[in-house]
Amino acid sequence: MRYLTPRKRAEGRGAAHAGTEHHWSMTVSAVGLAFLVPVWLYVFGKTLGQPRDVVLETFASPFPAILTALVLVVGMRHFAMGATTMIEDYARGTTRKMLIIFVISLSWVIAATGLFALARMAL
Amino acid sequence: MAEPKRVERPLSPFMIGPYYRPQMTSISSILTRITGHALVAGALLGVWWLLAAATSEAYFQTANAVATSWFGDLVFTGSLWAVWYHYLAGLRHLYFDAGKGLDIPTAEKLGWACIIGSVVLTVITILLVQ
Repeated sequence: MRYLTPRKRAEGRGAAHAGTEHHWSMTVSAVGLAFLVPVWLYVFGKTLGQPRDVVLETFASPFPAILTALVLVVGMRHFAMGATTMIEDYARGTTRKMLIIFVISLSWVIAATGLFALARMAL
Repeated sequence: MAEPKRVERPLSPFMIGPYYRPQMTSISSILTRITGHALVAGALLGVWWLLAAATSEAYFQTANAVATSWFGDLVFTGSLWAVWYHYLAGLRHLYFDAGKGLDIPTAEKLGWACIIGSVVLTVITILLVQ
């Protein structure tokens, strides 16, 4: 016997019973980035063009380091998911799968490289 | 019996141009996708620059020369406009998701707000970080 009513099982999931998680995840990361990005633009813009010791000092401080790490992780997840949707719109079959695997991998490589650089400067 | 015939289902067609007149609503929507994806260029250059700074003085000189050259300026200024456009268009999406601003006059005004606002914010950011 099912204790959940059909409506309870269907609500918020759409006709396909999946996919709304993707939209919700994009909404959450978008709101997160809306707070992170303006501040990060200022920090990064101020640091770009400075000599190396200033760059090292900046990203060794907690606020710029944590902020940049968050922008990298949240931003690259947001990018990977958005790019997946675009690929699903315009490619199919094996091409679609290969492109999706490529953008997800590329996003992780960018995030991991940035985090490694931050760790090296901060620690 | 189920036919093993494969159905060629259509992908999203490009409607703007031959079928739809380009309008503020469609153009501002496609620009959201273009700017979002183009931002990977800025991310790559920025992360490379960070890695170089973390690695050594010599590597930083190379990456910093590229990042502050005309090419670097082009990528970062373009990315700055792209991020502000994508930002405003994203906020517009959240507003649309709330079921607001969907009538045509408002949607068109919001499209103009994204375009003009992104240029203004780009100029302000450049002035602030100089």
